Amino acid sequence: MVTSLPQTEDLLEAPPRTNGFRRFLRVFLGRKVVLFGAVIILMLIIVAIFAALIAPYDPYQQELREALKNPSWKHLLGTDPLGRDELSRIIYGTRTSLLVGIISVGVAAFFGMMLGLIAGYLGGITNTLIMRFIDALMAIPPIMLALAIGAALGGGLSNVMISLGIALIPTYARLMCGQVLTVKQADYVTAAEVVGGSNLRIMLVHIFPNCLSPLIVLITLNLGFAILSEAALSFLGLGIRPPGAAWGSMVNDGYRYLLTNPILSFAPGLCVMLVVLAFNIVGDGLRDALDPRLRGTL
Amino acid sequence: MVTFIIRRLIQTVFVLILVSLIAFSLLHIIPGDPVVTMLGTEATQAQIDILRHELWLDRPLLVQYMRWFTNILQGDFGKSIMYRESVAGLIATRLPVTFHLGFIALILSTLISIPAGVISAVRRGSLLDQVITVSANLGMAVPLFWLGILGIYFFALKLGWLPVQGYTSPFDNLWLNTKQVIMPAICLAVVPLASLTRQSRSSMLEVIRQDYIRTARSKGLKERAVITGHALKNAIIPVVTLLGIQLRNLVGGSVLVETVFNIPGMGSFMVRAVFNKDFLIVQGCIMVIALVVALANLAVDISYGYFDPRIRYED
Repeated sequence: MVTSLPQTEDLLEAPPRTNGFRRFLRVFLGRKVVLFGAVIILMLIIVAIFAALIAPYDPYQQELREALKNPSWKHLLGTDPLGRDELSRIIYGTRTSLLVGIISVGVAAFFGMMLGLIAGYLGGITNTLIMRFIDALMAIPPIMLALAIGAALGGGLSNVMISLGIALIPTYARLMCGQVLTVKQADYVTAAEVVGGSNLRIMLVHIFPNCLSPLIVLITLNLGFAILSEAALSFLGLGIRPPGAAWGSMVNDGYRYLLTNPILSFAPGLCVMLVVLAFNIVGDGLRDALDPRLRGTL
Repeated sequence: MVTFIIRRLIQTVFVLILVSLIAFSLLHIIPGDPVVTMLGTEATQAQIDILRHELWLDRPLLVQYMRWFTNILQGDFGKSIMYRESVAGLIATRLPVTFHLGFIALILSTLISIPAGVISAVRRGSLLDQVITVSANLGMAVPLFWLGILGIYFFALKLGWLPVQGYTSPFDNLWLNTKQVIMPAICLAVVPLASLTRQSRSSMLEVIRQDYIRTARSKGLKERAVITGHALKNAIIPVVTLLGIQLRNLVGGSVLVETVFNIPGMGSFMVRAVFNKDFLIVQGCIMVIALVVALANLAVDISYGYFDPRIRYED
């Protein structure tokens, strides 16, 4: 199979960290842009945790007399058609984004890495079966796969996390499988086999930890993609149920009032973009820091 | 070469069979009774029984799958509950619309991204490079549906240059069609444009470090000849690989862009089917899209030989 993610191949060549943690930190935090990304992610986490303290209003409190107000000192980003404070809803929306991002990437990384590990280590027919199944998943655009599975399961936030998780599995399985094939050649793996280690032990103790560094980069980059996909799904109407707040569905709610209250759509979408941008920048920064040869090329 | 193509063809067929298994199981992961879910709560018991029988859901799983699979091989995806028409016919009217948009978007993104990436790599560190890199990063992060709404707000509602949404066949009214297609095509092009730019920049940077580039320069070739003659063809290989993957992104993006701009293509069709629980349409869409994506990847693999004569297709 000649097709594979080129970025994946770049990652595959990542050598183990040799110069230690300090070099890593120096390179990682050395560039202002990466620092900017890291600060945004940190802010996102803080806002999500302390949403109740930061939000000026209750995000679910309807005040119909105050409906569709444009931004003012009272409501910094205005109010939605039900008179709920837009800013407060954006603040609570961080929770949805972060939660779906983390859980769906967690599901994808766990199952993807397991499949890749088994396929790469056992090889042969197991490898063929698993990797062709991964190819099949890859033939369907992730957003469509997530949409179909999520709808079949019946919508709701937890089903969106599961379906998004399944849709994101392929990249992990492929990257892991490639990593395992390289690491498997190492002398310490042969040594472990000679000593009589069980397959499970060799896979988990000797191979797995040595495959991790490119996978960490992938997880970071994927968090951004998962948040973007969650926003897309909730824009389409899958995911959190009213009155819950999600950025994607807020953009959709505001769409109908575009002419009079454009901020209702603009603000939450901008948040999505900022957060995804931050995860992408930090992911790129991690890649550069873990593999000095790629520095500045991506 | 021929053996390679045959091998890849067999592989593609195998993958499509697995996709059909995934599409088939959609109906069976529905919690509770899929027939009741599809027909809604107002359906009578008789209606439910008829549909269950029509879909062979009262037969063993394997029999069901074999029947469904032989049907789709003949282009029969069943009958839509929502439209009361054959799914294949419905797809046939929507697929060309998505192709049309996707084709423009693909041309647009390829034509812009490769020169942008090359310039950015050659002038590394310059202001132009920074602008291109930042734009590419933004393009990877922007939610397409939001970009579409921004476009509608500024270019349709405020400036009035373009129609808000909709789609007219180019055979009916080419001028209106062009105006309607501009914004959706640009939105659809954003993701491929950004990622192809990043890829061509990075592979160009990789290539211009190589010895043969130094040789070309030291023998006195003009810089333009070095870049376009020696570097570009080598740098473009990973970009071509990515092009195959971008097709998947284009189809994925069509879900959002077609919904925002109210365009009757595959993407919006599938979204509507999903929310109306018309799972036969969803299955049909998945199969057709997977077929298109798989064939495109096959074409990309075969086209490698042109860009990289070292690839001999022996393994």
